Amino acid sequence: MAEFTLPANSIVKKGKSFPAPDGAKRTRRFKVYRWDPDNDENPRMDTYEVDLDTCGPMVLDGLIKIKNEIDSTVTFRRSCREGICGSCAMNINGTNTLACIKGIGETKGEVTIYPLPHMPVIKDLVPDLTQFYAQYASIEPWMRTQTPHSGDRERLQSKEDRARLDGLYECILCACCSTSCPSYWWNSERYLGPAVLLQAYRWIADSRDEYTGERLDALEDPFRLYRCHTIMNCTKTCPKNLNPAKAIAQIKKLLVTRSL
Amino acid sequence: MEKRERPLSPHLQIYRPQLTSVLSITHRASGLALLVGTLVLVYWLVAAASGAEAYASAQALLGSWPGRIVLIGFSFALFYHLCNGIRHLFWDVGLGFELKTAYASGHAVIAASVSMTVLAWALAYYMGGGS
Repeated sequence: MAEFTLPANSIVKKGKSFPAPDGAKRTRRFKVYRWDPDNDENPRMDTYEVDLDTCGPMVLDGLIKIKNEIDSTVTFRRSCREGICGSCAMNINGTNTLACIKGIGETKGEVTIYPLPHMPVIKDLVPDLTQFYAQYASIEPWMRTQTPHSGDRERLQSKEDRARLDGLYECILCACCSTSCPSYWWNSERYLGPAVLLQAYRWIADSRDEYTGERLDALEDPFRLYRCHTIMNCTKTCPKNLNPAKAIAQIKKLLVTRSL
Repeated sequence: MEKRERPLSPHLQIYRPQLTSVLSITHRASGLALLVGTLVLVYWLVAAASGAEAYASAQALLGSWPGRIVLIGFSFALFYHLCNGIRHLFWDVGLGFELKTAYASGHAVIAASVSMTVLAWALAYYMGGGS
């Protein structure tokens, strides 16, 4: 049964405030979720006044500036700073996105930052993605074939077949979509969630893969696939502008049409 | 060292409602409302079958202002669930998943269900004279 409230140890308390440096003219208030595994306190929201005149343009730049200059204990994942690695996925002003491609200028008022929703928190903005990755592994995300492969050339496909992978192969598994999905919040033990289902469809749609039937069998389940109720938070929030809701619908459609 | 239990990050409390998600939960709520409304309908039919006195009291109850508000809510739930159900039928055949289309169809569902409710009650008051 879905738990709509947070457990007692997860309720967010008021935190500390760090004022802007003297002489800063153009400042922005960043409110950041903090949780330290090394003490007994609940999570809290710390507030940092950031001087935008000495800060890069993106929300990630703001976080890095906070960590470098105000509070070195702030913890978050980041790597590529250009929207391709998926590390800095977090909830910014109410929706999930990548901090590195979300401009501070795109936000109004305070910049409020939480970790990806409904996930166990390792520290501050770092969620535990172990289960998400295990679910990804469960769909066997690699090409599976039976026909023998001649060693001297690749498995070829037509331009049209290759085009069917557009909008699927670009997924970077940042988990923004899965953690935006209320169905995934309530059923993450059994529902695979939009990101993993989009990846599952990526292999179903691949003309070179020869296990389409087995892949569909594995998904034909009231929980693994059919907890999707087309809420569409996934598609709305995807920082790569992909369409997991549509990919899931394609899987459902294939399951119906193959039984006709 | 013993590790502390990890907190759960905030979810419903902090996720900004989206047009699509609000319409989705409204679809479920209107489905529940239809269940309750059907019980009201059954109550009215049973009263009608039980004789003039029972029917008169059912008419008085449903005709009162709170009764009418329940009936307006019932009819809105019906029209909303119908319109959004048609939207779901398009989704079931794989159509209308582009964000622009999903937003347009969402706005259309709101407009259609509100205007169908208003029209139905305007007609009812016009033909019934509001009594």
